[in-house]
Parts: sequence; structure tokens; C-alpha cells
Amino acid sequence: MGQTPFVMQLLDTLAALLLLLSFAMLAQRRVATLVELFALQGGVLCAATLLLAWRTGEENLLLSAALTFGVKVLALPWLLRRMIRRLGVYWDTDPLLNIPGTMLVGVLIVVFSFGLAQPISALASTATRSAIGIAVAVILLAFLTMITRRKAMSQVVGFLSMENGLFFGAMSATYGMPMVVELGVALDVLVAMLVLGVFFFQIREQFDSLDLDRLESHQGGR
Amino acid sequence: MTVALGAPLDQILALLCAWVAIGAVGLVRPASLKIAGRTLFPLGAVCGVAIAAIAAIAATHLSQLPERLELPIGLPALPMHLRLDALSATFLVLLGAASAGISLFGAGYFRVGQGTPPGLLCFEYHLFLASMGFVLLADDAYSFMVAWETMALSSYFLVTSQHRIGEIRRAGFLYLLIAHLGALAILLCFGVLQGGSWRFTFDAMRAAHLSAGWAAAAFLLALAGFGTKAGLVPLHVWLPEAHPAAPSPVSALMSGVMLKIAIYGMLRVAFDLLHGLPGWWGLVPVGLGLFSALYGIVFAAAQTDMKRLLAYSSIENVGILFTGLGLAMVFRGAAMPTVAALALIAVLYHALNHAFMKSLLFLGTGSVLHSTGERNLGRLGGLIHRMPWVAWLTLVGALAIAGLPPLNGFVSEWLLLQAFLHANEVPYPFVDMLLPLGAGMVALVGALAGYVMVKFYGVVFLGQPREPSLARAHDAGRTERAGLAWLALGCVALGLLPATIVPALGAVASSLGVGALPARGGPWWMLAPLGPQSISYAPPIFAGTVIAGVLLTVLVVRLAYRRPVRRAPPWACGAGPLTGRTQDTAEGFGQPIRHFFTPWFAMRRHLPTPFDTAPRYSVEIGDRIWRALYEPLAGWVDRGAAACAVFQRGRISTYLLYALATLCLLLALVI
Amino acid sequence: MRPIDWLTQVLEVVAALAVAPLFQGWVNQCRAWLQNRRAPPLWQVYRGIRKLFHKDAVIATNASPLFRVAPYVVFATMLTAAAVIPSMGTRLPFSPAADAIALVGLFATARMFLALAAMDVGTPFGTLGARREMMVGFLAEPALLMVIFVAALISSTTALPSISERLATGPLVLSPSLAFTGVAFTMVLLAENGRLPIDNPATHLELTMIHEAMLLEYSARHLALMEFASALKLMNYACIGFALFVPWGSATGAAGPFALAAAIPALAVKLLVAGAALALIETASAKLRVFRAPEFLATAFLFAVLGMLVHLLLGA
Repeated sequence: MGQTPFVMQLLDTLAALLLLLSFAMLAQRRVATLVELFALQGGVLCAATLLLAWRTGEENLLLSAALTFGVKVLALPWLLRRMIRRLGVYWDTDPLLNIPGTMLVGVLIVVFSFGLAQPISALASTATRSAIGIAVAVILLAFLTMITRRKAMSQVVGFLSMENGLFFGAMSATYGMPMVVELGVALDVLVAMLVLGVFFFQIREQFDSLDLDRLESHQGGR
Repeated sequence: MTVALGAPLDQILALLCAWVAIGAVGLVRPASLKIAGRTLFPLGAVCGVAIAAIAAIAATHLSQLPERLELPIGLPALPMHLRLDALSATFLVLLGAASAGISLFGAGYFRVGQGTPPGLLCFEYHLFLASMGFVLLADDAYSFMVAWETMALSSYFLVTSQHRIGEIRRAGFLYLLIAHLGALAILLCFGVLQGGSWRFTFDAMRAAHLSAGWAAAAFLLALAGFGTKAGLVPLHVWLPEAHPAAPSPVSALMSGVMLKIAIYGMLRVAFDLLHGLPGWWGLVPVGLGLFSALYGIVFAAAQTDMKRLLAYSSIENVGILFTGLGLAMVFRGAAMPTVAALALIAVLYHALNHAFMKSLLFLGTGSVLHSTGERNLGRLGGLIHRMPWVAWLTLVGALAIAGLPPLNGFVSEWLLLQAFLHANEVPYPFVDMLLPLGAGMVALVGALAGYVMVKFYGVVFLGQPREPSLARAHDAGRTERAGLAWLALGCVALGLLPATIVPALGAVASSLGVGALPARGGPWWMLAPLGPQSISYAPPIFAGTVIAGVLLTVLVVRLAYRRPVRRAPPWACGAGPLTGRTQDTAEGFGQPIRHFFTPWFAMRRHLPTPFDTAPRYSVEIGDRIWRALYEPLAGWVDRGAAACAVFQRGRISTYLLYALATLCLLLALVI
Repeated sequence: MRPIDWLTQVLEVVAALAVAPLFQGWVNQCRAWLQNRRAPPLWQVYRGIRKLFHKDAVIATNASPLFRVAPYVVFATMLTAAAVIPSMGTRLPFSPAADAIALVGLFATARMFLALAAMDVGTPFGTLGARREMMVGFLAEPALLMVIFVAALISSTTALPSISERLATGPLVLSPSLAFTGVAFTMVLLAENGRLPIDNPATHLELTMIHEAMLLEYSARHLALMEFASALKLMNYACIGFALFVPWGSATGAAGPFALAAAIPALAVKLLVAGAALALIETASAKLRVFRAPEFLATAFLFAVLGMLVHLLLGA
């Protein structure tokens, strides 16, 4: 382990924080807190992007940092908070697996993704290659968050957090996606959020609940 | 080599024969408790001490080892080969020293009763001891198997000494059955190990070259065979049945010593006989071991029978032993000799520790059982007042097995954790990340062991008696106390003097070619396995500081504040006197663990309704592995047997026809 | 070993003895301020201990000698722990005798004696407290051990003073893995010292308490020793936290008397900040149901495990 420059240490720390927040989301039962954690994750991601922009001098990273801040720290959490207020879903019921069990699976996922990322990191030439493993882990953990929740609301937050992981992965592997793609993704996410919001209200009107168990009994053909 | 008294191997051989002879004397007057108890068992203990001493001296004079002997008995082409090397000497020390305490205890323990008469019991007991000694000395597959089977059979008869109780017969049968399956695996393992030379001495096996596939097969067979004997999950089902069924000294011998003989067998195969196995195969025992450890201790926390609790705790310890063994294999394969030696030393040290602690605890439960007639934790309590000797000596064992410094359990845990801290340097992908997590698992198991021991000790010895009959409990007799004290002393000595023992165990590791520790360790009071500049632990100073702290505090408090102490009944919140029934039960104490590990247990609970006038709550803890693995297996065997019953016609001429057909078939095949 | 190292060693133990009740008093004060109450004086804990020492001891009729020995053992183990932890300097003469694993073992010893003593009288509360204490312990202990292992992997030793020294003087300023372990350690600290959200040190409400339930049968000097020991334990945990996460300021290496003199105010500042932070955390959180406690601690354990994984991935 050689002398790592301070900026890279800071970047690694931010990456670790991202993972920490993913785990915090996995362990959280309250939907409202989940949203706050998501906003925080967006903030950390934004900081990491800014840092990387400053370090590498890539200007479009600055732009994507601004985009991250606007969409993931301000717009989406605001939308989500409003939705929670209006739908009145503050708590998730007990997750499908108990929290320690979920976290244990999460740890195994982290081992898996770190092991997976080891050869990739060796190939990548960017300064942040060690963070690829974390990006993969964040994506898979977000998946796990979605799998273990019953409420549609928390699943959406899980989905959004997955996008955070993807973004971080792209950033650390290749210093960000092309701008067009990034804009497109951001827009997609926003639109998806809006559509899902409409869906929520419809679902609730139909079933009086956002519990996804209710939907399970309405599989096709029955 | 000394001429006058013969070589160490001869002396040990003579002493093993003396054990058999002592047993045989017991047969002369099988009903006489006087001969067996007063004379023979103490004599056996003396033999044990002698064996331990000779083996210890031999182990420290390595230039004389290994020492061989051929006895002209056995098969015509295969005389009995015996060999004493550092590894077997270490386990002979274990056997001799631990069995000395158990024999001493046994001298006062066995009574004339329902079951096997004391003289016969004495014979079986000493035959059991001697057969374990012969397993350690055996140097060819044949004598190894003979000794191994003698060990299994004699212990079977010891387990079923109360053979009038159906449950015990069933436990004994299960034990015998699984022991033989294990023996079969070991036999097959030796068959693979000879590698086409068809010579069954261990020397031939050492020289044999196996392909990687055959080596793996031999290793897995050995793991199955020795794992069965040691109680590795999922081959553990007999252990919690058989160990509690036996009389307590026998339980102690089985848990404390016999399980270690299985570990010896595994070490012998994995590090001595078997070559050409890639190091990562060590991950199999690491995985199984860690799982066994957690499984054992979690089930121990849920038990309500004190001997079953200890039996499950043995499964935990066997798991830890296998973990260390696998770790040593991985490190050896990864060319990290120093750390490999450290892991192997941790295994050997833990084997020694467990022999003392677990024997001590089992004997403690034996005393409790004797004086109260109860094994159920729900009917005990408060015995520290009635049996102070047993209680305080058992406390040493309980604290030791919970891994608390400065006792011995902590030392081996410390060594194992230090070895685990190097696991991230292993050059295999994924493994270098997964293996360090094993340290977390070991830590979790250690903490759970503390939980289990608080439950065990607190419920049996502390609190208020849960049954009125406990007021008549009496302390153990003098010889029993001596046996307990011997073992407790062993726990303390192993805890305080690891720096003198670890180099001797290091010599075992280097004689097996695993690796060597740095030549210069610390002084006698400081354990510094990786050199004095590195990690260190000095138990005498540590213990001295804690004790000095206690004494100083007592002194200061006494000098400064000399106020009287009054006795008063405990405050009962104004709700009448506190009785034994107002305390936590054993079930209650295990509840958090049951709650946390719910999916592990097959639980059947009976909850009373609120309107019940005489509410009863009961919970039955089942083993999921038993239901998922063994019951279907037994079902298949039953169905297979039923299918074979077609041939069973019951007419003698049909059977003769079968014999004729078989004979013809064999003749056709051979010629 | 130089004389100044011995001086540091003695000073650390004496300071731990003197400051521990004050530190607890400081936490209590901060809590009171945050809750808009009038704060008790700083030395209120001292006063309580002194008062207890001047009373006649009352012991349950069926208490065994174990019950009377336990307070001394618990107190002495905490004192020994204070000697192991580098709170002011890292060249401690006692440190080769006990490393961080032995330190965790010491805490386990204290816990076990506490639990056994609580079961000794056989009252319902005692056994309930013992059971809950062990329930907290069986997850908190491995979590603490994992936290220490991460630091040990970074500095490749398990001796706490050396860990602290290498973290303070090493090339690394920020270790991402320490972010995880820091969270885990804070959770363990809260749980092990009977703080919210696991236990409430201010309540005697029977059904929710853990630590107090175990001490119910103690009185006078025995209770005083137990209270003193728990103050020492809090102080010890805080100092472990400083040694692992904010090692700067204590006298490292072959430092002279000036560095030692500078380490004293540094420790004072750290304790003031840590006490305030502890009070803030406690005020901001609500007590968990007892059944949720294992979940909380399992989370701590897994965070520590994650810290180790992150260390293995990032090498830092």
C-alpha cells in the first residue's frame, strides 16, 4: 500500500459512504427515512463527482454533478416526500426477511461484487478503479432493497438508488457517461417517477393499500 | 536412548497394557465396588499421569523421535507397526493427563446400581482408555482400525451401561450405527491412500503419490470418517444423544478425549499421510467447522438438559478445531508456513484445552446428577450453597470454556484469531475476502459460548433451588473433588503458561512439515508466537494485575469504609416471598437466542390460552438436520430393506439355493 | 522502558479513576441541558458514590460469596482495561501483556461476573437483567472485536497502543473502512454502556431496564463499586474510540514530557466533545423495544464486517 494522495483517500471515503448509505437503506423500516437516506446518497454522489471533476479537470463531470444535485438531491426527494405525505405511507410493514438476515445477504452480495470487481479494477486505468466494486455492490444492494420490501413506495426508492450505483459505476470506470446519455437517463428517471406517482394513486384507489401483496393475487389468467 | 527403562515407546506400550490389565482385574470380582473404586480407578489415574509424563518428556526430546516398533502380532504379512512421533506424543499427553482426572473422579463416582456391575464397567473403561492409546500409536491401517473399532465398541458398552432404559439403548444403537459408517469411511480412505502399492503401513502411504482427484477423494473420506466420530455437522446427530446417556465420567472421556482422537486422525491424514492436495481444499473443513461451531452453540443455548447442553457445546468446539485445521491447510497450500504453524498450534492447544474444560464440566454435572438425581435444568438451582466445592471448581471450567482471560480457553481463541488476521494474504480470489470474515464468526461463537455458560452455571448453581428436594444435595466426595481439582488446575496452568507449551506444539507443526514459528519467542511468561517484537500476550502478568487490582480494591474499601454487612431477604416488590419458581427458567434464559435464530430450530410450541385455569407452556426444540436428512435416509433404508425382503422366503432350501448361486457366480468371476 | 513511560502508565490509570465519574457527570449535564432541565452538578456521580460508601451494606439472605466477590472483580477488570487503553501515550509498559483481544476478553469477564452475580440471588429482575445483558453481549462483543480487527489489519498488529500510534502517524489520513467501523463502534458503545436506544440509564422502570435490573440487589459499597465500574467502562469505551478514530494529540513514539503534558488537555477536549455528542445521540433517539436490540446489534456487527470488506477492497 503506497502513499495515496489525499484526494483519492477522500474519494475512497466518499465511495465507502455511498455503500454505507446503501446498507442503511437496506436496514431501514421507515419509508420517510428511506427517502432522506436517498437524498443523502445523492449528495454524496454529487460531492464525489465534483471532487473527481476537480481532480481530473473534466468539465462535463461538473455538469453531471449539477444534474445530480438538481435531480437526486432536490427534485426527486421533494416529489417523494410529497407523495408520502399525500399517501400517508410512513412505515413499511415488516420486510420479507428480518433485518439481520437481509443484511447478511447484503454482506454476501458485497463479497461477491468485490470479488467480481477485482479483475475489472485491474484492467481499468482510471484513478478511481477501486471504486468499481463499490458501484456494483450499490447496484446489487438496491436490488435487494427492492426485493425485500412490500410497499411500492420503498421499492421505488430502491430503484432510484440503483440508478445512483449505475451512475457511480460509470463515473469511476470511465469518468462518466456521454452527456447525452446522462441527460437522457436523468430525464427518464424523472418521468418514471412521475408515472409511478400516478400509478400509486391509482393502485391505492383500487385496493385501498399500497401493499404489493394485494397485487399478487391478480396475476394474469386468474 | 535409555537402556535401563527402555525407550519411551516401550514404556508407553507397557503402561497401555497395564491399563488393560487393571481392567481385567476388575473382571475377577465384577460386583465389588471396593476393588474397582478404591484400587483400580486410582491405579488407572496413576498410569495416565505416567503416560502423560513420559509422552511430554519424549515430545521435548525431539531427537529421539519418531520412534518405531514392530510387534509380531496381527495379519501374517502385516505385523503391528507402532510409532511415536511429536503429534502422537502430544495427544498421548492429552489422553494421559485428562484421563487421570477423570479416573480419579470415577473412583468415587461409580456405584452399584441398576446397570453394568462396577467391575465390568472398570474393564470397559480401561479398555476404552487403552484402545485410544493404541489408536495414537498405530502406524499401519490394520492396527489403527483394530484399535479404532475397539474404542468404538468399548465406548458403546460404556454408553449403554444403564441398558434397562429404552432411551439409552436407542442412543447407544444410534451411536454404534453412525460410528460404523464413519469407520467404513476411514477404511475406504486408507484404501485410497495406499495408492496402488497395496501396502497398508503408514510409511507406504506417506511415500505414495496420489493424483489430485484421488487425494481429494481420500481427504473427503477422512473428513467424513473422522468428522463422524468428532461430531461435525451434519454428522453430529449421535453426539447429543450418546454423550448425555453415558455415566458422567464416560461422557467426560468421550467429549473430552475421544473427540480429540478423531481430531488426531484427521490431522494425521491431512498433514502427514496425504500429499498432493491443493491447499484450498482446506476451505471445506473451515466452512463445515464454522457452521458446526455456530450450530452447536446455538443449539446448546436452547437445551434444557445440562448434559445435552454440554454435548452441543462439544459440537461447537469440534467445529472450532476443524476450522483451525482447515485454516492451517489453506495457509500451508498458500506457502505461508509461519501462519500455518500458528493455526495448527491453535488447533492442538484448543484440543488440549477442551479436553480439560469439557471433562471438568461433565464431571461437575456428574456430581450434580449424583447428589440430586436431576439432569433437567428446570429442576436445579442454588447448588452453590449445598455443593460449594463442585460449584467453584465448575466455575473455573465454565469461565474457561467461555474463552475468558486469563484461563485457557482464551489462549487458543487468541491464537486462532491471530491466525485469521493473516487470512487476507491468501492468494486466491474471493477466499481472501471470505476467510477473514471467519474471524467474525469465531468471535460470535466465542461470545455465544459466554451466553451458554452463564445459562448453564447460573441455572444449575446460582439462584434459588427450584425443587424442595435440592435441600438434601450434598457435596462431592474427596476423590471426586480431587479429580475435579486436577482438571481445574489443568485449565489454569494451560491458561497461565502458554509460552512454555506453544513452542512444544510448534515443534509438532515443524515435524509435520507445516511450518515453523520464529525460533526466538518471548520469555516463559510472555506468549509471542510471531517473535517478541510482534503481537504478544502475557497471562501471568495479566492475571497478576487483575488479581492485584481485586486485592487492592478490597484493601482500600476495607480500610476506608468499615461498615457492617447485614443480611435481609431480597425485596419482592411486596408480592410475597420469592420462590424458586419466580426465577427465569432455562427455557426463558435461552429465549433471546431462540428468537434470534428462529429459522434454525424446528420448534413446537404449546401456548396456553388466556382462559386456561392451569396454564402450561411448553416448547420442544428439534434438530432440522435430523428431520431433513436422517429421517428420509432412514425411510429409504427401510424401503430398501423391505424390497430385499422378497428374497427372504423362510425356507432353508431356498437359502441353500442362494448360497449355491453365489458360489457359482464367484467361481465364474474369479476363474 | 523509560521512566516517562511508567509515568504515562500510572497517569493513565489514575486519570481514568479520577475522571470517569466526572465524564459521566458531564454526559448527564449535557443531557439535562438538551432536555431543558436544570443540570445536576458535575460531581454528582462522585457524591452518589461517596454516599453509598458510607452506608451499611445489606445483602440478600441467600446470596453466595460469588455475589460479594463480583463487584471487586468487575471493578478490577475495568481498572486493568484502563491500563491497556492508550488514552494519553502509546508507549505503555503494560501493553505487551495484553492486546486488544485480551481487552475484549476483559470486558467479557466483567460482563460474565455481572450476569452471574445478578442470577445469584434468584430474583426475577436479576435473572431478567442477566439474560438481557448476555443478549446484548453476544452480538456486541464480536462487533467490537471486528472493529478492532479492521484497525488491526490496517496497522498489522493487535496491540492497541501500536494500532493507535500507527493510525496517528501513518501515511493514511482518511480510511474509508474506518467510516463503517466508526458507526459500528458507536452502536456498540451505546449498547454496552446501557445507553439509549438499548437501555436507559435514567430509568428504573422495571420492564425496560437491563443494567439497573442486575444491580437491584446491591447496596452500599458493593453498589458503589458497580456504579464506579460502569463509569469506568464508559470512560474506557470512549478512550478506545479515541485510540482508534481520533488518535491525534496523544503522546506517540519516543515523546518527551512536553508531549505528555500536551496530551492531557487533548484528552480533556476529546472527552468534552465525546460526552456532548453522546448526550446528543441519546436525546435524539428513542428507546428500542428489547426484541429490537439484537437487530440493532446485528446491524453494528455487520457494519463492522463491511468495514473489513471495504478495507480488503480498497486496501485502506
